[in-house]
Amino acid sequence: MNCRAEVLEVSVEGRQIEEAMLAVLHTILLHRSTGKFHYKKEGTYSIGTVGTQDVDCDFIDFTYARVSSEELDRALRKAVGEFKDALRYSGSDGIGQISLEFYQKKKSRWPFSDECIPWEVWTIKVNVVNLANEQERQICREKVGEKLCEKIINIVEVMNRHEYLPKMPTQSEVDNVFDTGLKDVQPYLYKISYQITDSLGSSVTTTMRRLIKDTLAL
Amino acid sequence: MDTDLNSQDRKDLDKFIKFFALKTVQVIVQARLGEKICTRSSSSPTGSDWFNLAIKDIPEVTHEAKKALAGQLPAVGRSMCVEISLKTSEGDSMELEIWCLEMNEKCDKEIKVSYTVYNRLSLLLKSLLAITRVTPAYRLSRKQGHEYVILYRIYFGEVQLSGLGEGFQTVRVGTVGTPLGTITLSCAYRINLAFISTRQFERTPPIMGIIIDHFVDRPYPSSSPMHPCNYRTSGEDNGAAYPSVEDSQEVCTTSFSTSPPSQCVFTVTKAHFQTPPPVLMDTLKVPMMGLAFSHQLSSSRLSYQPAALGVGSADMGYPVIFAGGLNAAHPHQLIVPGKEGGVPPVPSQPAHGTQADHERMVMCTPLDGALYSAATPSSSEDTETVSNSSEGKSGSPHDLLETIFVRKVGAFVNKPINQVTMASLDIPFAMFAPKNVELEDNDPMVNPPDSPDVESPLQGSLHSEGSSGSSTGNTHDDFVMVDFKPAFSKDDILPMDLGTFYREFQNPPQLSSLSIDIGAQSMAEDLDSLPEKLAVHEKNVKEFDAFVETLQ
Repeated sequence: MNCRAEVLEVSVEGRQIEEAMLAVLHTILLHRSTGKFHYKKEGTYSIGTVGTQDVDCDFIDFTYARVSSEELDRALRKAVGEFKDALRYSGSDGIGQISLEFYQKKKSRWPFSDECIPWEVWTIKVNVVNLANEQERQICREKVGEKLCEKIINIVEVMNRHEYLPKMPTQSEVDNVFDTGLKDVQPYLYKISYQITDSLGSSVTTTMRRLIKDTLAL
Repeated sequence: MDTDLNSQDRKDLDKFIKFFALKTVQVIVQARLGEKICTRSSSSPTGSDWFNLAIKDIPEVTHEAKKALAGQLPAVGRSMCVEISLKTSEGDSMELEIWCLEMNEKCDKEIKVSYTVYNRLSLLLKSLLAITRVTPAYRLSRKQGHEYVILYRIYFGEVQLSGLGEGFQTVRVGTVGTPLGTITLSCAYRINLAFISTRQFERTPPIMGIIIDHFVDRPYPSSSPMHPCNYRTSGEDNGAAYPSVEDSQEVCTTSFSTSPPSQCVFTVTKAHFQTPPPVLMDTLKVPMMGLAFSHQLSSSRLSYQPAALGVGSADMGYPVIFAGGLNAAHPHQLIVPGKEGGVPPVPSQPAHGTQADHERMVMCTPLDGALYSAATPSSSEDTETVSNSSEGKSGSPHDLLETIFVRKVGAFVNKPINQVTMASLDIPFAMFAPKNVELEDNDPMVNPPDSPDVESPLQGSLHSEGSSGSSTGNTHDDFVMVDFKPAFSKDDILPMDLGTFYREFQNPPQLSSLSIDIGAQSMAEDLDSLPEKLAVHEKNVKEFDAFVETLQ
């Protein structure tokens, strides 16, 4: 099937990168997570409950709702932290992108490893700006807040198109569709990768590195 | 139709829709409580968590929602609406958002009720959770407290968006197709909230006697419907009366003013531009009023104009003055028709901001034009009015000037003061300010002394400064004068702020040399003195020549 790709762009100040990325990623994952499945006899299953909590941003005039799952939050923070560090210290001109990809696993026969077939990819392009004074920072706080509001509305719009979603799996297949490793919620299988565009615009090295890492990780 | 739907599915679907409606209301209201919401995920399903989401049920909210639904479900033409409004501690309120849960006729027969519809409703609730944090009212609701609170009202039936004023925006949260129709959840919200700084509220002084405990962060099961600002005319759109509603560019087109003809003028003029026919009659009077107004500022100006018009000053001036007086004293006479037609709907949206600007600018033109064309249109009507007014008025220009400076009805004004002599206020030309002579039907409210004003006819409707008054009493809701509140200017620290400065110096008095009264005299004097002056200049001709040479 074709993979659905959505691209969002934001311009933020350095210290806003983490919060902006978390806001967007958490909003996406809120929509792409369900409660834990409990399979019962005869192929039926019951679904756990997903709680939500509001998060206020410190550097942006913005609040977002995320899934109440510390594990999920930690995983996202780790990925976003790496992205932020790469963005700030790579010596690039502050342009990078982070991708959240939802995929399904397709079991292959030995010796081939399982295939990962993405069905939805969200790419967030980030442009880091440098601000000269406090007044500009204050304006940036508000502006980025407003921009994020727009992004959330965009995300919700895409989500509510009710386009392709993997079929609800049987018990044996659930790990091919969902990430069952978390104890309180169950997001669709996802992976996060990032690319930093250096001034030459080349980012092949980074991408290759991540691809290889991900493949090996499977 | 539901022939395709078996009874179990139908029952399930009805249940899903009912609980979806209840949960929607909970999410919306909880998002406006002013605090962060946190619920826990649970891996073990509990029977009470509809749509697999942990959404608490606040009993009062559920009660209100059930009361509004009264056993019905959203259907075509019957939407469930949650109205979120803001109410200040002075009692003024304004609608911020309307969340609508609607059903249309587009059915999706193929869809599985118990599975797909359920999951999609769950997804829609998650979207609602996200969107409720993103509309402008969220940030306002997080800051609610002493100065204002956020209230909600649930109603069922037709969606009423008029309270949001013009230029509101809509965001669609999502849709879910069902065999009975497509459920749509959307929100219409006032956008110029984005420009409102909640600093507005911080500036208003605490009002004694306010029941603070009302404004604890509890949702208000509003048994009474939320009303639009009560100091506006009936039929008027909501919104702009709220001073902070306007974007920082000020000027709400709300202008209902029983105030000085300056305001009257512009109200009518605006009406002219905004509306139709009923106002036409008034526009003919505009010139007259314009003349009257200009007379207020300087008595000589008036007579100057008529000269330009080719009308004898004696003829024109007098009537005009009275007309001006008329306006002031009986503003309704002129304004009423305009009012019906088109009291500028207040507007409150940024669109209004621009509209107001446009109106203000536009207003200048007719005024100017009026000055030069007054003669023609004014003839019959004006003279009529004039004669009417002359009966009611006493002669001196000053008295008329006085009445012209009728009190402004300010929104959110603390104390309605019936009679205020402008002289007591610290404004220029205070000596010319009128006492309230007769204001029969008016229920005037005056701006607090810290915001003197009144002089800029070009302002149209203005905001009241430091608005903190109550607008309750104003029966004459038509024209509430609000003070000019220029962007980025503070009015609580310096006595002379940008707005005041602007107002004071916007209409400087006419140069005395241009005034006819004095001018008439001085002209004669000038003429007489000409020969002398010429003689002097002739004496100094050599100096002049030398000077000219240095320039070359």
